[in-house]
Amino acid sequence: MSPSTDRNDRIRVDLELIAQMIPDGARVLDVGCGDGALLSHLADEKHADARGIEISQAGVNACVRKGLSVVQGDADTDLVDYPSDGFDIVVLSQTLQATHRPATVLAEMLRIGKHAIVSFPNFGHWLVRWKLLTNGRMPETGKLVHSWHSTPNIHLCTLRDFEILATSLGFQVDEAIGVMGDGKAKPITPGSALANLRAEQAIYKLTKV
Amino acid sequence: MTFPDDQPLVLDSGQTLAPLTLAFETYGSLNADKSNAIVICHALTLDQHVASNNPLTGKPGWWNSMVGPGNIIDTDRFFVICVNVVGGCGGSTGPASINPATGKPWGTDFPVITIHDMVRAQVMLIDHLGIDQLFAVIGGSMGGMQVLAWAVDYPTRVHAAIPIATSYYHSAQNIAFHEVGRQAVMADPDWRGGDYYDAGLDGGPRKGLAVARMAAHITYLSEAALTRKFGRSLQDREKVTYGFDADFQVESYLRHQGITFVDRFDANAYLYITRAMDYFDLAADHNGHLASAFEGVQTRFCVISFTSDWLYSTAEARTIVKALNAAGGNVSFVEIESDKGHDAFLLDEPEMIATLNGFLDARARDCGLPTSAATPNIGVDG
Repeated sequence: MSPSTDRNDRIRVDLELIAQMIPDGARVLDVGCGDGALLSHLADEKHADARGIEISQAGVNACVRKGLSVVQGDADTDLVDYPSDGFDIVVLSQTLQATHRPATVLAEMLRIGKHAIVSFPNFGHWLVRWKLLTNGRMPETGKLVHSWHSTPNIHLCTLRDFEILATSLGFQVDEAIGVMGDGKAKPITPGSALANLRAEQAIYKLTKV
Repeated sequence: MTFPDDQPLVLDSGQTLAPLTLAFETYGSLNADKSNAIVICHALTLDQHVASNNPLTGKPGWWNSMVGPGNIIDTDRFFVICVNVVGGCGGSTGPASINPATGKPWGTDFPVITIHDMVRAQVMLIDHLGIDQLFAVIGGSMGGMQVLAWAVDYPTRVHAAIPIATSYYHSAQNIAFHEVGRQAVMADPDWRGGDYYDAGLDGGPRKGLAVARMAAHITYLSEAALTRKFGRSLQDREKVTYGFDADFQVESYLRHQGITFVDRFDANAYLYITRAMDYFDLAADHNGHLASAFEGVQTRFCVISFTSDWLYSTAEARTIVKALNAAGGNVSFVEIESDKGHDAFLLDEPEMIATLNGFLDARARDCGLPTSAATPNIGVDG
């Protein structure tokens, strides 16, 4: 159930935006780190103490080959093993929608780290809504490439859904960036209906209130 | 080397061992600031000849393909030390050594040793060589237990630890298999309570030790590997003989393993070393909490397991990884797909080689040591 199949060139943007939210020398845990692209970047460019969890063994092995500190594990079950406040930032890129219990995963991330950075595809994007409206079928877009019965994305949400969940868990949005259909990044004001239509994917940085 | 009587090895049992002799091999050379030393810890029936011919068997070193100039554990860059464990029979003090109190071999009067004792002896050697911190400690199976003990007992003296195909404790099943082996040795009348050294090279409990080795050897292989290698194939015959000859190839193979083993291993040493492994339990040493064992650990870990290893399974490796995470430790963990069972760590598994290379290079960069980029002939992709 690795989300790596969804990682195309577009995601490079999302990783870059995440990296920009991370201060120099931070202690970072990347949950669902894939082949370690973000971790390598953080270690090399940001002097971060960067570690990862990845569910696919091939991804883990690729990371360790690169010298990264990565263990095989599952976001849904293995975050409990990490001590509280052990990290400055816990990252979950393009993985939230594939977890079984997104609320628990989010809560765990902000137990382990002072901040959480989460990126996910926006199911409220206008094209998704349009396709559902016109075709009457589960939308498949550039970002959502799987058919409904084979998708690993079992918990898709809109920006609005995510913001409401984050608030209900007692987290505040420090920063939010949307990646629009043309690939351009724009800051998002939480609660913006327009952003919820226009952003194809979004990156949120959360803090415990 | 032999330490003077006033430098005894203090054992977990409370006893002391003096004079202590340690047989070891080194490869490569120690750099000026003594920061490039790697200790390789050997498994139960292996020895210090990790990358040099074993003088007893004439066979090449047991990790010859891993350790050497230009190899993954590159002796052009690293100073590699491999010490025969105390209690063993490769030249370090063991039950076949002379007990200074009697002038005769120790036999079963030899004190029971532990994995921690083996490591403590290695520390004496490292101290003697003037090495403050090891760049890395690496080992598989019982060697992996020593790696864990190194990092837990001497956390400031190990920069990187690579425990491979190992566990943090011996399970009931592990102990059970060892007990079968020990009982096989002790049931052999030629064992004579451990006092058999005057019987010559062909004396001693050869049959018992061979049976012990046969039983143990099964645990080193996977069912898939045994099936692939032998299946139900018959040995040099068309059909079964309705007798107890080695009809099946697997029987013949195991008998061969047993017979060749006794020529190179002392039965009492086998008893002592298997006992040391049975006593190993890092969690119990820390009130049942494995994470407490790793509290404050600065050592960088790379834990490696193999999918078909049922002796020390991935589940046990994962427990080590979880405990390290809980203690805030820095750990990489790779499970390698292999159907070759526990002994996969001794074979040239490409994924293991790539993992070791990536991890060692990253740690070499931490320490300002040369990396494998300076050694272009390493056959690793990526």
